[in-house]
Amino acid sequence: MFFLSNLVNGLSLGSIYAIIALGYTMVYGIAKMLNFAHGDVIMVGAYVSFCAFQYWGLPPVVSILAAMVFCTVLGVVIEGTAYRPLRQATSLAVLITAIGMSYLLQNLALLIFKSDPKNYPAQIIGMPGISLFGGQLKISGVTLVTILANVVIMVLLTLFINRTKLGKAMRCVSEDRGAAELMGISVNRTISLTFAIGSALAAIAGVLLCSAYPIFDPYTGSMPGIKAFTAAVFGGIGSIPGAMVGGLLLGIIEILSRAYISTQLADAIVFAVLIVVLLVKPTGLLGKQIREKV
Amino acid sequence: MSEQVKKHRAGTKMVPVPTNAIVPERDVDEIPVLETRHLGIEFGGLKAVDDFNLTIGKTEIAGLIGPNGAGKTTVFNLLTKVYEPTTGAVLINGKDLHGMSIVQASKLGIARTFQNIRLFDKMTVEENVRIGLHNQIKYDMFSGILRLPRYWKQEKRQHEKAMELLDIFGMQDLADEVSGSLPYGVQRRLEIVRALATDPKLLLLDEPAAGMNPHETEELMENIAKIRDRFQIAILLIEHDMSLVMGVCEGICVLNFGRVIAKGTADEIQANPVVIEAYLGKKKEAAK
Amino acid sequence: MRAKRKKLIYNAVTFGLVIAAFLICQYMISTGQMTRSLRNQLIPICCWIVMAVSLNLVVGISGELSLGHAGFMSVGAFTGIVVSGWLLNAFQMEDVTLRLVLAMAAGGLLAGVAGVLIGIPVLRLKGDYLAIVTLAFGEIIRNVMDCVYVSVEGQGLYFGFLNNKLPGTLLLNGPNGAVGVKKIATFTAGFILIIIALVVILNLINSRSGRAIMAIRDARIAAESVGINITKYRMMAFVTSAIMAGMAGALYGLNYSTLVASKFKFDQSINVLVFVVLGGIGNTLGAVIAATALTVLPEMLRDFGQYRMLVYAVLLIVIMLTTNNPTIRTFLDRLIAPVKRLFRKKNAAELLKQTGGDAQ
Repeated sequence: MFFLSNLVNGLSLGSIYAIIALGYTMVYGIAKMLNFAHGDVIMVGAYVSFCAFQYWGLPPVVSILAAMVFCTVLGVVIEGTAYRPLRQATSLAVLITAIGMSYLLQNLALLIFKSDPKNYPAQIIGMPGISLFGGQLKISGVTLVTILANVVIMVLLTLFINRTKLGKAMRCVSEDRGAAELMGISVNRTISLTFAIGSALAAIAGVLLCSAYPIFDPYTGSMPGIKAFTAAVFGGIGSIPGAMVGGLLLGIIEILSRAYISTQLADAIVFAVLIVVLLVKPTGLLGKQIREKV
Repeated sequence: MSEQVKKHRAGTKMVPVPTNAIVPERDVDEIPVLETRHLGIEFGGLKAVDDFNLTIGKTEIAGLIGPNGAGKTTVFNLLTKVYEPTTGAVLINGKDLHGMSIVQASKLGIARTFQNIRLFDKMTVEENVRIGLHNQIKYDMFSGILRLPRYWKQEKRQHEKAMELLDIFGMQDLADEVSGSLPYGVQRRLEIVRALATDPKLLLLDEPAAGMNPHETEELMENIAKIRDRFQIAILLIEHDMSLVMGVCEGICVLNFGRVIAKGTADEIQANPVVIEAYLGKKKEAAK
Repeated sequence: MRAKRKKLIYNAVTFGLVIAAFLICQYMISTGQMTRSLRNQLIPICCWIVMAVSLNLVVGISGELSLGHAGFMSVGAFTGIVVSGWLLNAFQMEDVTLRLVLAMAAGGLLAGVAGVLIGIPVLRLKGDYLAIVTLAFGEIIRNVMDCVYVSVEGQGLYFGFLNNKLPGTLLLNGPNGAVGVKKIATFTAGFILIIIALVVILNLINSRSGRAIMAIRDARIAAESVGINITKYRMMAFVTSAIMAGMAGALYGLNYSTLVASKFKFDQSINVLVFVVLGGIGNTLGAVIAATALTVLPEMLRDFGQYRMLVYAVLLIVIMLTTNNPTIRTFLDRLIAPVKRLFRKKNAAELLKQTGGDAQ
């Protein structure tokens, strides 16, 4: 029972990682950049929903929607002002700009909300938990919502990518930017759309993360962001099912090693597993193998 | 039949060997510099090269021709160990390359140029040649960092050797130019010099005349002959420019769909109906 | 010999600037013109310069994106602290300079060992995958450091992993890090370390090994085809860089009385990367200047109070956007062009005409 409850917790944390990893993997697949500021968009999402609920008294669903709208706009603005002018620049230049953007978001939040941690209201996701096996296994409402949200997002996103015209455009740009442009697909608009979707997902992840781990501050997004990025690489960066698999596995590994091996070493174990996976499959679990042309 | 004889025969495996190999008469008593036996490679079920047999004499200038996509560059990649063959063997001076790395193949005396030029763009012409001399004139990292006497001595030798090689191709004045900023034809020449710096026994040139004007091609032909005469090495080249191939190559091998369809001298190849049908048909006029 | 002369001038300027800066600082300290806050920054600046110069060897010269450089610094820092504490407690070694030198040597050595152990798996990967694995290793080192306990009793050194029941005085106390460290780092030691790092890097890139490393960066297959052992030279760059980071770490650690492993989180690695990129990738002098400027900058921005890091972030973005803007780039190039022309005797086109090449 102890194992099962840990497994459920792992699935829940893994679902959050998977939702964040989707943002990383989509942006990487389409814009070929590591968006270091993605983790901080999570934090922004958490703060916006927090304010909407706590200070402005909006209902929970509206608060979450507000966070999604705000982050979507934020994502598109960041892309348009900071990343778009660097389309022709080296990937390192883009990386450093993204790092600058991450600092900017953190320090803006620090100015507005100060560094003292806040307590995320449990009422935003006010689902009652359930208990199974005669009360032996208790699953909290947040856990249920998280796992459910992840499944819904996965299904919707897969449908969107595979069945819609915009999704097709995204796949085109990801495969060959130049050719897509020649076919009349607006690369800039497609990349903006990718950032919009990724950031909206980050807002959801922020709400879920802070509901599960209620203490948060301006640096809350950075570590989950890095771990989700790891998850994306783990699953094969650029691959949407890969982000899902990577996120879930990472969450489960993290919770299980916390429970059975050592709380202190859990992070090290997570990263060690990533390294082992990459050594066996250098492009991640579901990543494409690319042969170098000579 | 006695048991012993039976056993003896059971331990012997008979394998076919290429019989129709040809080499220049002057090389006939030497070990051929290159010998491939039933060389083949598959990519996901597709046989890119199949049953490729080729023998090149010690000082032969040979050509490898064929239509686009025939597998010519793949052959080069097999010879230089960029790819490990699925079947068959490559022998350099009688030594089997099986299981060797690109570096080991290079040390055995095989050097190449690339179809899409691969120079060390940000470095100067001289530095490019010095990198070619990497395994010829050596000193270790610590001599380099601490500037021990060995560093100065070997650097001087490297410089002299590099300039000597550049001099052969009239490039000594370009020694300090950044290689990436040079015109195309010069870059191709530099790639050849860099390959020669490794002191090869066999030089592989992948479309050396691509993008050159007729004047430059003429010069290249002279250079190829010059390299052979001066260094006494064998050269195998892939080329689409038939005037160059027919003009300078002694033996020619024609590849189509990964298989050898003809081998022989320039005259034989030009007269071969299979080749004409597969490849030269349209281009014969241009070649003459 | 133009290329050679250019390199000579570059090296002379690099060393000249560092030595001049050191002398000016010493003069200002002796006359009491240097503010206290800047004086406290001197040793960290030296450490960050060495970090930037050494990371530049991996990122700029070897062409691999490494995001775990602070991990090596942390190995060096804690090794240095343990060795220094051990020498003092067990052998009553009062000679501060000798202790510092030994501590830094040990820090470099252990970081180098870590570099070899990490390099073996990491260097099998390429590109972004290599980057994420170095980041992972940096985090693993930090996480593991949080679990290490070291104590000294008599002449013995006791190690514990997730186990703090050790005899004697604790030198490393797990997640609480090192406490009661004797501050023995000096500015002069920092200066000497910078000079060593510069000598190693600048001499390396103008030698056979350095050229091999750069050849792999520019055209991997071509480098292999002329017989360069890829693994050996990538490893050489990676480990040399780790050793220097370890020495800088030891100096850094011995500059504070307490030190925790979370000081070397991945954002520290990223900070060093920022120095390298802003200094111009592969440009050693640039890395030195950027590391100095960006370490001093937040101090100078103290007037901005709480806006300080915000201004830093905005500056970072603006610098990246402007330096990569094609219009501004051409403008800057045009400004520099007349200066460059002064140093050029013959241009490439003329030379080509002489050799009969066709300038296209």
